Amino acid sequence: MAGINWTSLLSVIAGIALAPLLPGIISRVKARFAGRRGAPVFQLYFDLWKLWRKGAVYSRTTSWLFRAGPVAGLAAAAVALLVLPFGSVPAPLAFAGDLILLAGMLGLMRFMTIVAALDTGSSFEGMGASREAFFSALAEPALLLALGALARVTDAYSLSTMYGALSFGHWWSLGPVLALTAAALVIVLLAENARIPVDDPNTHLELTMIHEVMVLDHGGPDFAAIQYGAALKLWIFSTLLASLLLPVETGMPALDFACTLAGVFGVAALVGIVESVMARLRMVLIPQLLVSASVLAAVALLLTLNPVETKAGRPAFKAAQAGELQRPDSAPAQKADGIDKPTR
Amino acid sequence: MISALILIPFVAGLVAFIPQPAGRRRLLLFGVGAVHAVLTACCWVQMPDAILGGWLALDALGLLFLSLTSALFLAAAIYSQGYLAEAGGQSYEDAEEGFLVDNAPEAVFIGCLFFFLGAMTLVTVSQHFGVLWVAIEATTLASAPLIYFHRHHRSLEATWKYLLICSVGIALALLGNFFISVAAIGPGQEQGRLTLTELVARGSRLQTPWLKAGFLLLLVGYGTKMGLAPMHTWLPDAHSESPSVISALLSGALLNCAFLGILRATQICQAAGLGTFSQDLLIVLGMVSLGVAAVFILGQTDFKRLLAYSSVEHMGLLAIGAGLGGAASFGAMFHAVNHSLAKAALFFVAGHLLLLYRTKSIADVKGVLRAAPVSGVLWLAGFFAITGMPPFGTFLSEFTILKAAFEQGRYAIAAACLLFLALIFIGMATAFLGMTQGPPGAGAPTPRRVAWTMLLPPAALAAFVLLLGLFVPGSLSQLLHDAAQAVGGL
Amino acid sequence: MFIDFILVLVLLTNLKLLGSSRLGACIRVAAIQGVLLGILPWWAHGHPAAFRVLGVTVGTVILKGVVFPWLLFRALREAEVSREVEPFVGYVPSLLFGLGGLATAFWLSTRLPLTSVVHSSLLVPAALFGIFAGLFLIISRKRAVNQVLGFLVLENGVFTFGAGVIGETSLLVEVGVLLDVFVAVFVMGIMIFHINREFDHIDTDRLSSLKD
Repeated sequence: MAGINWTSLLSVIAGIALAPLLPGIISRVKARFAGRRGAPVFQLYFDLWKLWRKGAVYSRTTSWLFRAGPVAGLAAAAVALLVLPFGSVPAPLAFAGDLILLAGMLGLMRFMTIVAALDTGSSFEGMGASREAFFSALAEPALLLALGALARVTDAYSLSTMYGALSFGHWWSLGPVLALTAAALVIVLLAENARIPVDDPNTHLELTMIHEVMVLDHGGPDFAAIQYGAALKLWIFSTLLASLLLPVETGMPALDFACTLAGVFGVAALVGIVESVMARLRMVLIPQLLVSASVLAAVALLLTLNPVETKAGRPAFKAAQAGELQRPDSAPAQKADGIDKPTR
Repeated sequence: MISALILIPFVAGLVAFIPQPAGRRRLLLFGVGAVHAVLTACCWVQMPDAILGGWLALDALGLLFLSLTSALFLAAAIYSQGYLAEAGGQSYEDAEEGFLVDNAPEAVFIGCLFFFLGAMTLVTVSQHFGVLWVAIEATTLASAPLIYFHRHHRSLEATWKYLLICSVGIALALLGNFFISVAAIGPGQEQGRLTLTELVARGSRLQTPWLKAGFLLLLVGYGTKMGLAPMHTWLPDAHSESPSVISALLSGALLNCAFLGILRATQICQAAGLGTFSQDLLIVLGMVSLGVAAVFILGQTDFKRLLAYSSVEHMGLLAIGAGLGGAASFGAMFHAVNHSLAKAALFFVAGHLLLLYRTKSIADVKGVLRAAPVSGVLWLAGFFAITGMPPFGTFLSEFTILKAAFEQGRYAIAAACLLFLALIFIGMATAFLGMTQGPPGAGAPTPRRVAWTMLLPPAALAAFVLLLGLFVPGSLSQLLHDAAQAVGGL
Repeated sequence: MFIDFILVLVLLTNLKLLGSSRLGACIRVAAIQGVLLGILPWWAHGHPAAFRVLGVTVGTVILKGVVFPWLLFRALREAEVSREVEPFVGYVPSLLFGLGGLATAFWLSTRLPLTSVVHSSLLVPAALFGIFAGLFLIISRKRAVNQVLGFLVLENGVFTFGAGVIGETSLLVEVGVLLDVFVAVFVMGIMIFHINREFDHIDTDRLSSLKD
């Protein structure tokens, strides 16, 4: 691959630095909806700083897994950040198949949290762990199918080339496919990041928690690592969604970066709005919601696999791959300059 | 002429719903039946012209089935005079479960009968597949209220099953129509025409995968209406719970109209060179129907269900005849005539038995020959006719089909047919002979006389089947020959 | 492209019907599907302004979007039953079956080449999937109203296919089909009323007294 360029590094640094902003944006939007002023947007930074300086208390029933959980989770999130493209800016470590690595790293993060929760031997954590495992097992196919559909649309198997090749022309000619993928990604985002309607982050009743109850026993720096890791996860999912919804390719990396950043913040605001207008679903309906997400993503994938020929002669996505997209202003597509085209 | 044949029943149907004295409405029923029969007889003398740009026209096949429909309707009209006098308008006690049953208003009965006749006439004259489809769906909708004449829960269940299963089948047939239309689309992107003559003319240029899929769907769809197994599940229930008149019309006329739809589809397949494909499918379904009928006739306890399964059997035979082709097609056409007449006669006599014995159970009906001699003789005659005993016409038609099977070297099919027919004969013989012979026993019928209007139609129909076994009139033979040629090639 | 969009929406309505648990929502989704399918042929043939075509389109939209839901809701109201769908096959397995059916529909449509005729590559799969979904709904739901709904979805699936293929010349047939479906739904509605009056429920699964 090409050498690491400064925009890729900048995107990673932005992720590390700005990830804690997202939960702040969400809670601020929710507060505004409720008519309150709400905590400052930088609240999570203050919380992390406070937690970092505290000490931690470890129960005698726990083992090294309990201490390793948060750290390993944070490390996995950081690795995932390294393969994540930011809009049309490629990731520092891009290679073919890195979308599996992304899903795997997120899975590893989840696994370490679950294992650390089970390590405490408490029933509350065990309950949360089992729920988390179940719902994540249902959400994982949705994520992979959605990313698979995107891969088929752009005929690339590296996240960076996939998102680099996406453009508004794709939305024009393959609108239904991308809309279904985006819908599936929205549901997966809400499920994986423990947001309403899947999980209520503000609940204080252990029996209704899924995610918070797993981290009940962590304190101090461990808890800071967990909060930060969760913020990074939210950043990753928001970037995936925002890059899909706003595939800008202006040719100037700085402008692309700024647009995608605005998109990420917009996604966070959107999550805040969704949390404000909806209530949490009953536990028995969440599997249906997640299966619906998988079904939407599968339909998107099936649509891209559709080899049926039409009056136009070739299936739309094949035309899209060859770079001959139909622009809205009906001029034939030009090759965009400055951004690498997908290599076959 | 054709427009008169179609419009008169529809207009009469609307008139029947106007409140009027019952006697006048029943007279209207007889009158329309007679007029329709006379018009059909005129068509024998001279074929009427096509109307609507060739969409509606009578050919040999259509005339054959139209005559059957018309004759059976006339018989039903005469029978209904007596039937409605006995059963119309009063509540009676149900035999099996003893509750009080109401009947539907007579206006509904007669009005829907007219619509039914009009829809079936439309089926026989349509040369356009779209119109054919609309007409067959219309027959389903017109006959559903007729099945629900006796208002109780069993007939409701039968009506619901009939409505849903036949509607689903016909929806599949609509898809088959669309497939055939696509098959007919030419290279210049012309729209596919759905008239029979045009499709036959373009035979070799039809696109094969679409035609095959379309034929399959049409076979399954119209086969549901025809009563071919495994889509026959509505048949026993609908025939056993509806009034005997309606069962006679369903078995004798409606199943034939559905068969006509399938035959039109085979005509296209023949023209496109897919003859073996369509014929093999027909033979498979026919054999399955024969087998299913044989299994369910042995040990049957309800004589109307017995007759219904016998209809399944004979529809299977018709399918096998059409599938074998050649001389067997002639046999199939002849068999359609014989079966319709004989089955209608049997259902009419079953109506007598219901009237006299108030039960549908075979075990409870005994000694019909002694208790009601005319009905008993007709019942036995019908049994001989329907199981293919000489000198009735069904013997000749079944013999023709089996002979053609042997001549074509298809020994397995012929052997299986003979086996199933033997099983069916055993099953039916146990039932019929048990019912007719011996003393009337405990369930002695109430001493009532069956009206002459109810005796005349089955007698006439049985006599005609007997006549056909001895001598086939020249014009009928010519018509059968022409119809068979259109279908299977002689 | 707009046709693709309509067809994907139709696909989604079918999936929603497979996975929905409320009868009222099912009826409304079927109405939306009917409206979409009313617009489809008019748009697919270049949206002509001919009076006959427009008339049939408007008639279809009114019939499928307004009249049918009204008939079904009236049947539901007369029956006074709870508005829960009672399925034989649960919602998640139904959705998964639906997905399998969609994949089968795509595969089948590759076997039936429609090169020069259709305006969208999604037409045949959407039609076949509609048929599959309709049949599945009829089989796997217990209530009579659900079975009528399944029949409507089946007819919609067949109509989707016809809409993309049959041209404006067969208007008569289209009107005939529409009238037939209307009368069918009307008669079925009456039957449901009678079933409820006779049995105090509309559970067709319990109609099983006629058997051999």
